[in-house]
Amino acid sequence: MAEYLVFLPYLVPIVLLVGGGLVGWRRERDHYASIEARESQYARQPMLNSRTLPAEAQSARTEMVTGSVVISIDRFKQFLGALRGFFGGEINAYASLIDRARREAVLRMREQALGADIIVNLKMETASLSKGGEKQMGTVEVLAYGTAVWYSDQPPRHRSIGGV
Amino acid sequence: MIMTNLETVPGKTITAHYGLVQGSTIRAKHVGRDIMAGFKNIFGGELTGYTELLKESRDESMQRMQEQAHEMGANAVINIRFSTSSVAQGAAEILCYGTAVRVQ
Repeated sequence: MAEYLVFLPYLVPIVLLVGGGLVGWRRERDHYASIEARESQYARQPMLNSRTLPAEAQSARTEMVTGSVVISIDRFKQFLGALRGFFGGEINAYASLIDRARREAVLRMREQALGADIIVNLKMETASLSKGGEKQMGTVEVLAYGTAVWYSDQPPRHRSIGGV
Repeated sequence: MIMTNLETVPGKTITAHYGLVQGSTIRAKHVGRDIMAGFKNIFGGELTGYTELLKESRDESMQRMQEQAHEMGANAVINIRFSTSSVAQGAAEILCYGTAVRVQ
């Protein structure tokens, strides 16, 4: 029995790698399904990154809306990323992480802009939260913010500090 | 107080400029959250504790910016921008800045 314990230090990282990869893969699939379902609800609400409103629009109410999310990569993809870092080239494993985070942040922002006719001046910001650690890009935060505009007046549906 | 990231307030005219106002905060997460995040790091996915932490900090920095604008006598902050940087492992600085103005 004791001689098998020698392999334990090698076994733990492998279990974490495979287990993390499988759970991470499932989670990513579920997350994408949820993102796509929610995105289709907002097909009629345009979102611009221009700073001004369309000329014909009459705005009755504006409010700044924000949405943010912190998302982390799983062990298996991190391993793939590290491997790419050795050989060079595009890191596909990280692309889906950032993509999920951006789309989620935008969706959260849109949830605040309930019933708004348009969102203008959309800005997005990405910050890495794992700087200083052994991992270069394990955890990222994405913030999306913009100004929601209602063309006609209606009672506010929610109230919070500065629309955050 | 009107807060917007546009350069003007739609439907209103700017009557006075008071200059730049800003608010910032640096927060560290507590150990419990850090340990949980460490576990989640294996499987990937959203770190809800961190999302909330950064949201709270952003609210705080906006509050500080708003207070500064209020003291100047402004009734709106336009052109708001956010910036996040991680100053150390486990701590993030959130800065929020804009222009304090009076609108009519």
